[in-house]
Amino acid sequence: MSREGWFNLALAGLLVAFPLAAQAMDEPFLVTLATRAVILALAGVGLNLALGLGGLVSLGHAAFFGIGGYAMGILASHAQGYTPLAEWPLLIEGTKSMPVIWLVAVATSGLAALAIGALSLRTSGVYFIMITLAFGQMFFYFAISWPAYGGEDGLSIYVRNGFPGVNTLVPLPFYGLCLAVLALALMLCWQIARSPFGLALNAARQSAKRAETVGLSPYRLRLAAFTLSGAITGLAGALHADLNRFVSPAMLSWQTSGEIIVFVILGGTARLFGPVAGAGVFVALEHLLGELSDFWHIWLGLLLLAVVLFARGGVVGLVCGERRHG
Amino acid sequence: MAEAILSARGLTKRFGALEASRDVSLDLRAGEIHALIGPNGAGKSTLIAQLAGSLRPDAGEVRLAGRDVSALGVAARARLGLGRTFQVSALAMEDTVLQNAILGALGARGRAPSPFGRALARGRLRDTAEAALARVGLGECAGQRAGSLSHGQRRLLEIAVALTLAPRVFVMDEPMAGLDGEAALSLRALLDGLRHEAPILLVEHDMDAVFALADRISVLVEGAIIATGTVAEIRADPAVRRAYLGEEG
Repeated sequence: MSREGWFNLALAGLLVAFPLAAQAMDEPFLVTLATRAVILALAGVGLNLALGLGGLVSLGHAAFFGIGGYAMGILASHAQGYTPLAEWPLLIEGTKSMPVIWLVAVATSGLAALAIGALSLRTSGVYFIMITLAFGQMFFYFAISWPAYGGEDGLSIYVRNGFPGVNTLVPLPFYGLCLAVLALALMLCWQIARSPFGLALNAARQSAKRAETVGLSPYRLRLAAFTLSGAITGLAGALHADLNRFVSPAMLSWQTSGEIIVFVILGGTARLFGPVAGAGVFVALEHLLGELSDFWHIWLGLLLLAVVLFARGGVVGLVCGERRHG
Repeated sequence: MAEAILSARGLTKRFGALEASRDVSLDLRAGEIHALIGPNGAGKSTLIAQLAGSLRPDAGEVRLAGRDVSALGVAARARLGLGRTFQVSALAMEDTVLQNAILGALGARGRAPSPFGRALARGRLRDTAEAALARVGLGECAGQRAGSLSHGQRRLLEIAVALTLAPRVFVMDEPMAGLDGEAALSLRALLDGLRHEAPILLVEHDMDAVFALADRISVLVEGAIIATGTVAEIRADPAVRRAYLGEEG
């Protein structure tokens, strides 16, 4: 096995062992912290598909994260208030069932990514960054001015949603559920990176001219990647909202988009476990430095600067060296 | 006379006041190497771009295997069998030589790959890619990164990728540029053999190679073709000698 393979295995082991140890030490807060890291890692895994494999620097992924969050918030708030979402032409009720919420989150954020991608992928470089940012901000301001679902104050639900056979109210089982979702997303991305689609997408990132010359459409490849990427980030949004039992326009803000990019860059762009390492470091710093100072972002900024200047491969690159090919 | 696989009729392209292509008509027939020569700035690259679909002509049409492809883009023309190589290598430099070749084989399937498609294992794509690499003599380098190849090897990889498309025609933009000695000779031998698989439109500055390989030559000067003929006819053409080969009167 390659060095990166061992690193990934060690990280996966840590993801299993850490919450168990925290539980054994009677520190449920650490389990919740790990849950946050796993969910943010999932958002990063989504972005990594577009950014790492496709080279698409999206500054609008908070839109998908937030759409996933609001999918949870809206469905759950209707369910807890016993008020249907719609009565005509179809009766649509709210739900407290996580599988249904996840499906809706994936579908809505994926559709949003398809629509945003279809327009923004006609541009590239800085224009693409700006258009995705603009779309993200559109959703942000829409959420702020949507009083039906809390507007600026956001939307709370009283009890965490349920999953068949799992007591989601207890931190450890909920963590396990989130970890399982992350594992599935990582397996999907691993499969994609090794598929003909992944090869073509990665080649289009390096040379769009090359992809076109062999009859492949870089636009279609990128749109498919962007849609999947948005759907995975949307799923993370639904889980994040469930973790906090709260969703607010902050999930849709451009700062959130920036943070998701930070997870990817900090961990290692285009590395399978990069966002997992990045989100882990981010949450650890947020916790450890946050206790020392309210201005912990300064230290995060310096760390990010050091990574960009001296360790382009992020944490994974630093430990495992340059990416292997073939 | 063999049928034309790729043909251009009346191609005209203007950039402001500059007429880069002026009513250009050209045929590439089965089994031939048709060289396109001309001084720098004659409009060769503009013409190739119009043939390959990366530039839309202001007037005229391009036909590939009898079909009007004027409205189609690069990818669609590639799927119809236009295999192109570039003057400056356009390869996926971070990928391996084999991955670059597989990419060509993938495009040749004619359908967009699905994100949920099977992982790349040993299969037809890989076999096609390996056969193309062996054909150009890069079989040993399959696991190397394309970025680590020498200039000459990159040229060969460009051709191997085009080969994986099983093209109807090759359009090659200065494949000999920067090559000398053994490398140039072996590439010349490769091109010589390829013409029987698919005709080659060869843009080339190496006149020795052109005269050795070409069945016909078209001479492009200031956007217009001033002569088309066999090597002997072109060499003897006074207009060509004046305009391009640099001889007086």
